[in-house]
Amino acid sequence: MTENILRTTLDNGLQIMLKEIHTAPIISHWVWYRVGSRNELTGLTGISHWAEHMQFKGTPKYPAGALDKAISRDGGTWNAFTYIDWTAFYATMPADKIGLPIDLEADRMHNSLYLPDEVASERTVIISEREGSENEPLFRLEEAIREAAFERHPYRNEIIGSKADLQTMTRDDLFAHYQQHYAPNNAVLAMAGDFEAERMLDHLKEVYKDIPARKIERHPILPEGPITGEKRISLTGPGETTYLNMVWRAPEGKNADVFSLAILDSILTGPSSLNMFGGGGTSNRTSRLYRALIDSQIAIAVSGDYTTTIDPYLYTISAILHPEHNPEEAVQVVDAELERIRQGKISAAELAKAVKQARALFAYGTENITNQAYWLGHAEMFDTYGWFENFLPSLEKVTVTDVIRIAEDYLADDRRVIGVYAPQTEGSAQ
Amino acid sequence: MNKINSLPGSDDILRQVLPNGITVLARPNFESPSIVIRGYLPCGAILDPADKSGLAIFLSACLMRGTARKDFYQIYDQIESAGASLSFSASTHNILFSGRALAEDLPMLLELIAEVLRFPEFPENQIEQVRDQLLAGLAIRSQNTQEMAEITFDKAFFGDHPYARDDEGTPESIQSITRQDMQAFHQKYFGPDGMVICIVGGIEPAKAVENVRAVFEPWAKNPQARPSFDNLPQVTNPKTTQRLHVEIPEKSQMDLIVGFSGPNRLSPHYHAAMLGNCILGQFGMMGRIGKVVRDDNGLAYYAGSSLAGLPLSGSWEISAGVNPGNIEEALRLIRLELKRFTEEPVLASELDDVQSFFIGRLPLDMESNGGVAYYLLNMERYQLGLDYYREYAGIVRSVTREQILNTARTFIDPDRLIIVTAGTKQPGS
Repeated sequence: MTENILRTTLDNGLQIMLKEIHTAPIISHWVWYRVGSRNELTGLTGISHWAEHMQFKGTPKYPAGALDKAISRDGGTWNAFTYIDWTAFYATMPADKIGLPIDLEADRMHNSLYLPDEVASERTVIISEREGSENEPLFRLEEAIREAAFERHPYRNEIIGSKADLQTMTRDDLFAHYQQHYAPNNAVLAMAGDFEAERMLDHLKEVYKDIPARKIERHPILPEGPITGEKRISLTGPGETTYLNMVWRAPEGKNADVFSLAILDSILTGPSSLNMFGGGGTSNRTSRLYRALIDSQIAIAVSGDYTTTIDPYLYTISAILHPEHNPEEAVQVVDAELERIRQGKISAAELAKAVKQARALFAYGTENITNQAYWLGHAEMFDTYGWFENFLPSLEKVTVTDVIRIAEDYLADDRRVIGVYAPQTEGSAQ
Repeated sequence: MNKINSLPGSDDILRQVLPNGITVLARPNFESPSIVIRGYLPCGAILDPADKSGLAIFLSACLMRGTARKDFYQIYDQIESAGASLSFSASTHNILFSGRALAEDLPMLLELIAEVLRFPEFPENQIEQVRDQLLAGLAIRSQNTQEMAEITFDKAFFGDHPYARDDEGTPESIQSITRQDMQAFHQKYFGPDGMVICIVGGIEPAKAVENVRAVFEPWAKNPQARPSFDNLPQVTNPKTTQRLHVEIPEKSQMDLIVGFSGPNRLSPHYHAAMLGNCILGQFGMMGRIGKVVRDDNGLAYYAGSSLAGLPLSGSWEISAGVNPGNIEEALRLIRLELKRFTEEPVLASELDDVQSFFIGRLPLDMESNGGVAYYLLNMERYQLGLDYYREYAGIVRSVTREQILNTARTFIDPDRLIIVTAGTKQPGS
């Protein structure tokens, strides 16, 4: 499946991806920067996310607050995301109003002010965002697991940053980060919706013609191999609920093993939806681990999670345990299922079901223009858009042997972190 | 190039009422290879017996656990093998369902919905599984500052009104609910009368209606009328401001709710309140409240307001997630904003901004089948008329600054608030 996409790179290095969709009078506009927590140095964790916040705090042309107002007034929706590998800004608008986000996204690529007062008030907002997350037991568990799963790779750091770094980072640190990474030659502009691609390209060339490329200095980041040994993390806290996360190293996004892992994950815990915006997914009641863990009432919920990243990241199986069972029982059930797969107890019909589910979920995702524009840019962050175009055919090629190999090579019981968050009892108070 | 009218209206919605009282709404979207179904029965948690709170939600979670003809795995195998989805839930007034599938699988989905609504078995072993899941859900919720603040507010604000009740129940009530309770509720309240089914997507509306008719026509009308709620107590603001706190240990952040009365969905004040609320705590980065609490003073990551205009009554809440040390300051700022909101008309420019926002966002909200289905159900539920969203711009533009001030004064008294905090108090505070 190859879609009609206009792809080009401007003289200043800005990569452009345009996809015409004329099903609704809407356009979704995204700018993706190749910077995330992966690019952060010691003492400055959380700087990419904070810089993302500062991008909403004004330029001389669009002062703080004016941006929000202008987009919202036209009925648009806009937001931004910071991830381990990237930072993305989007606006989805009625088609005839798209000129505004195009202009302001270009403007804040090089004119953001990072005023000291705005930095000061945003510091407490971000610390407050972190404190809100800390209220969640799973945030604490995942933070501890990541630190165990990576010895030195920056993927071990929390995207929002450590509290100590958030308290000490300065306006100049943030501004330097902005100047270092926000440049046309470090960005992908992706648009989908109700426009004519050639005319839109002419307009974009005009808007971006005076923004120069910058030298992007990148410090080397060495990927990490499999987790060495089995590591155990155990946290306790208030509440009555026990959470179990089992984590292994996953293949990086452009590695073809990702498709085999996607099939294995679908068989184990149900299909994951690619639809970040609208479309939705399906339930996982007929997946192997649902049947093995929930039917036996060892757990009350189970899910799997992997994501496409630049360097090898993590595959996670999570379970919320039944209060009368302990995490070790669930670990044994998961291990037994993985062992069955390694022994070849897996059918072509299970693979076919996983592919059919993926095809349906894929179809749901095409309804939503924001979702389509998202993939135009996101796939470029870890591979190329071809990854997304070939997603279904790649899944169809996966064989039983491939799935067995993933269970053997990646999901071994001596290459993982097992993390448990358990309710505090009298003897376990920290 | 742009020939799309993305707003549904009487010329592209097919609405038919079947002889047994089911209303079917269908709207085509031939760009889409899939369909969305959404619908409801007019019975919900408000009908839970007093000592069995949580029954409607518990029962809705058991509907797909087995029927006269199919067991749990046969039901889910059919859905998941098709990459479809189907789920049931309960709200205060409704049993709701929502599903999606490739268009060719619509008959399969409808048959399952009919089977599950008409002939649920409520198998004992499945009830126990769901019970454990609900109890675990309640345990998780009891540690969630935002949700606990919300529950505490509803209880204090609605007092003797059924909206005070926690639809999810308590650990004790969930423990006490039996298969017989579910069967009794099902027998008493489930029926086609007043049911609404809405189908949007890649199918001819006439064919969609025909599919519904074929599957649901045999369902006979309800044997008895459902109870009415015409004589409920009027909900008003408390005589003086009340403060409540829910202590939850080891939380970094405290959730704050400042709440008061609001119009119900059919009140003549509704549209003025909707626009006023947007100015107060939604527009841009959460309106006036977000600006003063988050942007100007950096006291919270989120701060805004919301209006809950339910069929029988309404409430209006300002909420924020704040460090425990900043609660009093956040509260002071919020009260100042409420005072201003009830003393001065909003600016003409503010009203113009939010009018544009509400009109402009409709095409975005309705770009997907699910979005259109949501709006169609809303039109049907409140009998707004099939052209409501075509007329919406005029309705929104007709609201004046004076109407918003009048509405604010009708519902908000800055000296008669309910203030709830949930989280960990600092030592000495």
